[in-house]
Order: sequence, then structure tokens, then C-alpha cells
Amino acid sequence: MRRYIDYYLASMRISILQQFQYRVANYFYMIGMIAEPVIYLVVWSTIANQQGGVVGGYTPGAFAAYYIVWTLVRNMNIVFTPYGWEERIREGSLSMDLMRPIHPIHFDIAFFAGWKVVVIVLWLPLAAFLTWVFKPTFDVTWMEAVVFFIAIWGAYLIRTMLLSLLGMITFWTTRVSAIFELYFGLELILSGRLVPMTLMPQWVQNLSTYLPFKWTFFFPIEALVGGMSTQDLWAGVGMQILWIVVGASILSVVWRAAIRQFSAVGG
Amino acid sequence: MNPFKLAWIYLRIGVMNELQYRVNFFIQLLQTSVALATGLIGLSLVFGQVDKLAGWTRAELLAVMGVHILMGGVIRSAIQPNMERLMNDVLNGTLDFALTKPADAQTLVSVREFRFWQLTDVLVGLVVIGVAVNQLQTGMDALQVLAFIAALIMGAVMLYCVWLMVTSIAFWVIRVSEIVNLFEGLYAAGRWPVSVYPDWLRTGLTFLVPVAFAVTVPAEAMTNRLTGETMLFAFGLTLLFAILARAVWLIGLRSYSGASA
Repeated sequence: MRRYIDYYLASMRISILQQFQYRVANYFYMIGMIAEPVIYLVVWSTIANQQGGVVGGYTPGAFAAYYIVWTLVRNMNIVFTPYGWEERIREGSLSMDLMRPIHPIHFDIAFFAGWKVVVIVLWLPLAAFLTWVFKPTFDVTWMEAVVFFIAIWGAYLIRTMLLSLLGMITFWTTRVSAIFELYFGLELILSGRLVPMTLMPQWVQNLSTYLPFKWTFFFPIEALVGGMSTQDLWAGVGMQILWIVVGASILSVVWRAAIRQFSAVGG
Repeated sequence: MNPFKLAWIYLRIGVMNELQYRVNFFIQLLQTSVALATGLIGLSLVFGQVDKLAGWTRAELLAVMGVHILMGGVIRSAIQPNMERLMNDVLNGTLDFALTKPADAQTLVSVREFRFWQLTDVLVGLVVIGVAVNQLQTGMDALQVLAFIAALIMGAVMLYCVWLMVTSIAFWVIRVSEIVNLFEGLYAAGRWPVSVYPDWLRTGLTFLVPVAFAVTVPAEAMTNRLTGETMLFAFGLTLLFAILARAVWLIGLRSYSGASA
């Protein structure tokens, strides 16, 4: 256990130092990323205004709150991508990782967790700017803030599991981009990334409850900006833990099968 | 060598290369379909609530989406692959190989890559535009079609210029691969007509990243919104962008030092 903690702390520190060097690059990335929620926000605020100030229970101020928190949650959702797995396998660098006496996923989790520290620091001025421009309405209790803090890391772990699983496909086939895009399309609709789930048709909302996507996006955002009851807040965290456990279990089974498929070409 | 001839030769090489991988067409088609489906779902969510968005009807927004997909295909087949290669060349010092060739370096770095299968997006975009025109029921006369095509070409040139200028930043800050993400993010704003956006953002989408001219203006040509002044303005701006891009490229090139190619 001690060994793992040391490994995590060291990997996180490396990634923090590394990513701070590329501040400009990181900022380009983040500005490109906030374009997406700003688009949604503008479109839905326009609709809310046309409808007399409210649509689906959201005022322009509530949309602003939703999509500003969205930007942080989206950043937390960035993990090692399946395209990264494809590259690891294609270029053979996985061979090196396999030599280490530790599962490569620990490096991914630690490295991206360290990066998050940089991202959050860089995010603060952007959030201040968006808050100044779009004037969100916030009403946050301390309980919501606590659950939100837990939930963004829960979301991070769920998405790490899901995308690593998706990355495992590349052990069997190299034509994977279409599968990935299909996945990202589904996620966009079912996670609350496109619009708050409450604006979706009822059957989509029902469906999303039984899928992991919503727990990585809609739930953390709503935990902070929505008026969820204490019970619902903690039940959501419970669902997150459930999905992390389910994801990790499937991943460990698939990993064992996948690694037998692997044959390195150089590295 | 004549730049057009050079571009044509590289285009042929690119097409021949890509034609070896025909399954990629179906993969591309699937990817485009996913993007189209999510776009249509977005539209239907919006029009489940209202009949018009900032004065644009559903059919008109479908036209905007068609142009957006089409122009996205142009970017990803001809502009982005070249600029990504340029970024890598600056990073790795391999730009030397392009600079030592006896042709204009800007032309060369702009035509070396061509992703043929990405043209699937252009095809799908045209289909969506066709459906939209049919739904609009106003039809398009010859002049409108001409204005539409001219607007598309000017938009594509402007986008290329912005890409080149932004990529040239690599000469100073080296690692710029994240710019692709920045550009995709801003280009996504073109999914909706720029009149939806607040003033500061609309200005940015007009002059900084000319999504307005690349997507909204051609769509305006289809929906009877385009004025002669806008076209003139677009023409002037295209020239300005072209001159600026050339200047930024030349200045940037002076900072280039091949590391170890």
C-alpha cells in the first residue's frame, strides 16, 4: 500500500511540473474546450428568453451556472483516451510499461490526477471570466459543495475505467475510431453534456439512470447547482462508487484476456 | 513550379495513397453519421421548445448545419492535415526538408497532405443542404447558387489563413498541438448562425476565427439573407487575411531553427 501511495505521489508531482511548463498549450486546450459549453449556454439562454424566461425549469442564470460548472466537470472528465491506448499498442511502448511491477493504469490515474491540479489552477480565471460575462445564479450549501468535491473525483475514476475499457478494444482490432466516435456520441447525449438531462425526453432520462454516463457529468453538476436532497446527493455518490467498482472489475477481467493478445513490434 | 500544378500533384498522390484503404470510407461514413445524428438530436431538442431560434426556422438551421458539415470536411481533408504536419515538422526540426525544396515554402506546406475519405463529410454536408433547400421551398436561383459557392470558397480561404497564422505560432512556442482542439472548439460554434451569439463573441467569430464567413454567410446566401455589402466585405476580408497570413508566416519562418533533422 505504502508503495502505491509513493508511486502515485511521485507520478502526480511529475505531471504537475511537466504540465506547468506547457501553460500556453494547456490554455489553448482549455479555451477550445470552453467554446462548447458557451455555445450550448447561448443557445439555451436564447430559448429560455424566447419562452418568457424559463425552459425546463432553467432560467438563463441557471443555465449559466450549469454550463460554468460543466467546464470544470469536463476538465475532470479528461482521462487517458482510447486513442492513447491505440498508440501505445501500435508503437509498442506498452512493452516497457509491462516490464514494471505495477499495472499501467496506476500511472494513467496518477498522471492525469496530477494534471488536474494544473487544470484547476488554470481554470479559475476562466471561470471568473465566464461568471462575469454570463451572471449565473448560484445557491450552494456546504453539503452540496462537499458532495461536489467527492463527485468530481468519482466522475474522474468512472470515466478512467470506461475509456480504458474502450481502449482495450485496440488489443483485438486497430480500426477503432468509429467505435470510439459512436461511444462519444452516446455519451454526449446521455451524460448531460449536451443539455441538462431534465430537458431530455422522459424515456432518455430513465435510460440514463441505468447507464454510467450521467454519473460522470450530470450528477456532479447538479450536485452543486441543483437543489438535490441530502439523500439524493449521497445516493449519487453511492452510484458512482458502484460504477467504479463495476468498471474496475470488468477492466481487470478484460485486461487479463487482452494482455494475452498483445505482441509487441519494437518499443 | 506553378503552385497550382504543385497542389494538383500532391492531391493526386494523396488520393492514390488513400484509395489503398477503401474500408476507411465506411468507417468515415459511420463517424459522419454519428456526428450528423447528434447534430439532428440537438436541433430536435431546440425545436421541441421553440419554432424559431433568433429568427431562424428549423429548415434554415438545417441549412446552416449542412454548410457546417461540408466546411468541416474541407478543413479535415485539406487544411488541418497540412497544418498538423507543419506543427510536427517545427517540433521535430524536419521542416528543413520542405524548406530546401525549390518551391515556395508556404505553398508546399499547405498542399502536402490530403485526406480523401474526409470528403465523405463534404458529401453528407451536400445531402443535408439538399434536404434543407427542399424543406425551405423557396428554391435557389442561379445567382444565389453562385453567391453560395463564392461565399464557401472565400470562407475556406479565410479559415486556411487563420489556421496558418495560428500554426505559425509554433515557430515561437514550439508545442502547439493543442491548437487543433482550440480550433475545433471554436469551429463548433458555427453549428448555429452567429447572430445567436452575444456581440463580443460574434465579433470574435467574425474577425478572429471567421466562422461567420465560413458557415453563416454561405447559409445566408441560401436563405435570402445575403446582401451585396456582406459579399464585398467578405471579399475584402479574405484579401486582408491572405496578406496577414503570408506576413505572419514569413516572420515566423525567421525564428525557425532546424534542431536535428
